[in-house]
Amino acid sequence: MSETTAHLQAPAQAHSAQQHPIRLYLVVWGLLFVLSAFSYMVDYLGVQGLARWSLIIIFMMLKAGLIVAVFMHMAWERLALVYAILLPPAAVLIFTALMISEANYTILTRLAFFSTAP
Amino acid sequence: MAQSLDNSDFRPTGLRGVAADFSSDQRAFKTASWGKAMMWIFLLSDTFVFGCFLLAYMTARMSTPVPWPNPSEVFALHIGGQDVPLILIAIMTFVLISSSGTMAMAVNFGYRRERGRTAALMLATALLGATFVGMQAFEWTKLISEGVRPWENPWGAPQFGSTFFMITGFHGTHVTIGVIFLLIVARKVWRGDYDVARRGFFTSRKGQYESVEIMGLYWHFVDLVWVFIFAFFYLW
Repeated sequence: MSETTAHLQAPAQAHSAQQHPIRLYLVVWGLLFVLSAFSYMVDYLGVQGLARWSLIIIFMMLKAGLIVAVFMHMAWERLALVYAILLPPAAVLIFTALMISEANYTILTRLAFFSTAP
Repeated sequence: MAQSLDNSDFRPTGLRGVAADFSSDQRAFKTASWGKAMMWIFLLSDTFVFGCFLLAYMTARMSTPVPWPNPSEVFALHIGGQDVPLILIAIMTFVLISSSGTMAMAVNFGYRRERGRTAALMLATALLGATFVGMQAFEWTKLISEGVRPWENPWGAPQFGSTFFMITGFHGTHVTIGVIFLLIVARKVWRGDYDVARRGFFTSRKGQYESVEIMGLYWHFVDLVWVFIFAFFYLW
């Protein structure tokens, strides 16, 4: 009985209306600016090697996470939708591993058979 | 109405919730309307499209014995007597992030039914998006005049041109389509279509302010793709 009244009192559009304070969006906006500035500084300061690649990836993942979680409201969705959307791209990582192996083989054969070096 | 079924207070959470939602009757995504779920699934398919582009770029770059052109120098601009590396790309990144910020605020004001602010913020988003496309056109013009073609360029591996035009071109197309969509939805908001449930010109369905959020999902995705392009193509 109490459940029925709770259902009836549920506001219209409650299922989808994402209401969050404006401040949250401004904070995330600012964070995205700072993170973008950081990743630009990686190039500007000429960081090289492993440090460059890991910094680029870290800033990229942080930015992507903020956009998906807050701007796209993924943080407030049911876990069923989160898994349905975020897990399939993991297949791309396996594809990446396959293509790294393939690319290494291609460069190896190119250097072995087409190289003009003496 | 679907609303009465969507009181999440009575739903299990965590993995048990995932199992319950997927094995439940009629619909799996309890809190997302069909429009929002369909946009997410479209975006997932688009993720695979751009994922394949970036993978093809990785494979080409890893497997060529010819040195890859240095993007830091290729995309430098000559400002005030010195070359500033990647500056145009950095500005484009900030423009696109700002457009994402205004879009997020537009969604928020949309749910508060503040028509004027929502439409104005969406127009600002469209304007920033158009600025982005304009700067991209400038970048393409500059590179083409310097001799970059899909089959050759003056600095190194010929695959540089083809991957550059393919990836940024496809992304720019997405931004352009997004700007057109933004203008259409902004006009509907401005006219009050979502307040009086006026039927749309294309689907003849009654719209609601959730359309602004679904539009926002697409726009944030465009920004999201740029985050990956910026990292892998321009900074790597």
